[in-house]
Amino acid sequence: MSRVRFVLFLVVAFSLVLAACAPAATPTPERVVETVTVVETQIVEKVVETIITPTPGPVEGTILVDGSSTVAPITVAVAEEFQKQYPEVRVPVGISGTGGGFKKFCAGETDISNASRPIKESEVELCKKNGVEYIELPVAFDGLAVMVNPANEFVSCLTVEELKKIWEPAAEGKITRWNQVRPDFPNQPLNLYGPGVDSGTYDYFTQAIVGKEGESRGDFLPSEDDNVLVQGIAGDVNALGFFGLAYYEENKDKLKLVAIDAGDGNCVLPSAETVLNGTYQPLSRPLFIYVNRQRVDQKDEISAFISFYLQKAGELVSDVGYIPLSPEIYQLAQQRYDKRITGSVFEGVGSTVGVSLADLLAKEGQ
Amino acid sequence: MTAITSSLRDITFEQQLAQRQRRGKILEIAALIAILLGIAMLLTLLVDVVIDGLPWLRPQLFTEFPSRFPEKSGLRSAIQGSIWLMVFTSIMVIPIGVGAGIYLEEFAPRNRLTEFIEINIANLAGVPSIIYGLLGLGLFVRGLGLGRSLIAGALTMTLLVLPIIIVTTREAIRAVPRSIRLAALALGASQWETARDHVLVYSMPAILTGVILAMSRAIGETAPLITIGALTYIAFDLRGPLDIFTVLPIQIFNWVSLPQKGFHDLAAAGIIVLLVLLLSMNALAIWLRNRLFIRW
Repeated sequence: MSRVRFVLFLVVAFSLVLAACAPAATPTPERVVETVTVVETQIVEKVVETIITPTPGPVEGTILVDGSSTVAPITVAVAEEFQKQYPEVRVPVGISGTGGGFKKFCAGETDISNASRPIKESEVELCKKNGVEYIELPVAFDGLAVMVNPANEFVSCLTVEELKKIWEPAAEGKITRWNQVRPDFPNQPLNLYGPGVDSGTYDYFTQAIVGKEGESRGDFLPSEDDNVLVQGIAGDVNALGFFGLAYYEENKDKLKLVAIDAGDGNCVLPSAETVLNGTYQPLSRPLFIYVNRQRVDQKDEISAFISFYLQKAGELVSDVGYIPLSPEIYQLAQQRYDKRITGSVFEGVGSTVGVSLADLLAKEGQ
Repeated sequence: MTAITSSLRDITFEQQLAQRQRRGKILEIAALIAILLGIAMLLTLLVDVVIDGLPWLRPQLFTEFPSRFPEKSGLRSAIQGSIWLMVFTSIMVIPIGVGAGIYLEEFAPRNRLTEFIEINIANLAGVPSIIYGLLGLGLFVRGLGLGRSLIAGALTMTLLVLPIIIVTTREAIRAVPRSIRLAALALGASQWETARDHVLVYSMPAILTGVILAMSRAIGETAPLITIGALTYIAFDLRGPLDIFTVLPIQIFNWVSLPQKGFHDLAAAGIIVLLVLLLSMNALAIWLRNRLFIRW
């Protein structure tokens, strides 16, 4: 008897699970309106496409994206809008870091890789070994913010030299008090916070400040989660740390931004303006996506996605807290894509410091 | 003389008694503080999560896909992924795990080989989950070419909880009195009939409890699924076992790491959903145990 009941129970439980999984999509008036405008824009785009390029196949399929957690919010925003317009295309986005993303990308496991720094020599080799060619496209600018606790009265500007003195490998266990950084700072302990060593942000910072990618002192508090760094710096009067500007923008009341003097005596605070016009150096960096060249021919939906990306990036990038490039650069990137120019304009050196909008424009224009 | 020694002994005894009782009291208070600390910590976490997440616990949380705007984001794809992962994992792990448990307890000869297998199963139950993730990546994702699919995730989860289910099944079977087996065998039942009709029936509640507890461990796991490449942003319904997927803990993890406060509250709401799911699975385990429990 009890066994019969048990079997019955299992059947009911299983069918409940099945029922819960069935998609429950009911069209709302909003969606209908959206579809109408989507249809309109699709028609317009079809016309535009037929003028510019030969007619592509039906736009459907799956575009696999993975890579940097810094770039992911941008790609997610684009994917979200893109999937509204092309409901037949699925764009999942993974987050495994710039390096982890390139490992999968160069193994041919993904179509597009998000990257918060240009591709490295070792990754170029890996891609070459597996016969993966790629098109490099810049999508946004990001500033790395150096921050202290708001209660810290004495630091308002640091030179790159001073930052190097703090972060270089030789400083490990030696530079542990603020007055060792600059004699007129008080004799208080110096506590350091930074992103984990697997992140592109760490790679870029060490390249820009220490001069060698991936080399720094080891006795700082690392976290892959920037919110943990925010908490750390907000709760420690003697803290100094760095991470992406987007996280500062959301936590302005808990942190104090430090201006950076690149050596010419001008202290510059990071902002959309100073990052774009190239005065906030060397901690401004371009963000990229890498597209698998071979997949572009196999999957028409990738081209539709890239065009959409470069058209919409201008507005979507600022939505998620980053700094958009100028329309000219997006245009140059589109041209680069249309001509299927493969390889990196940074020639596989990895993080490249001091790339301003103008430099990027010149490089993309080549 | 005797009176003196006896009174002396009494004095030392009483002194010692008072001291021993004092010591007992101190330990009691220490133990009380320990439990209060644990409960206080849990309560703080729960209250914090509920305060942050409650306003976000609304229908859209279940019907919407993730979005760049917290107010438009939901757990639809993550809930689908988690439920299907559970379904496929249990389909694979229950027959294998329970079968292995029955064999080891009822049929296997006692020798060096079975001893070796038993030790290894016990050890496997303690291996960190990330190791299973790496194994799944090498074996299922790349080796068998299943890609970053739901089925690869379910297979990895199967490996992860298999030792737990084998161990609990064996314990459940061992709790069945030997007299029941002997009675069945004496009446002419074969060994298999004894196991099927008697031992298994009696041990079923405990086995089920073990299975459900193992499943609730699997539903909260993140590390192995991130390793095998479960994705973070998925804005479409799952199409089948070979489709790419995401699960609740990964979605929560992703929201927590975003800079906007709205997503942190949304993550709290996601934690509540996961917590309710876990607690109801545990409640189901307790209910099943009480309902199916047979006295002998």
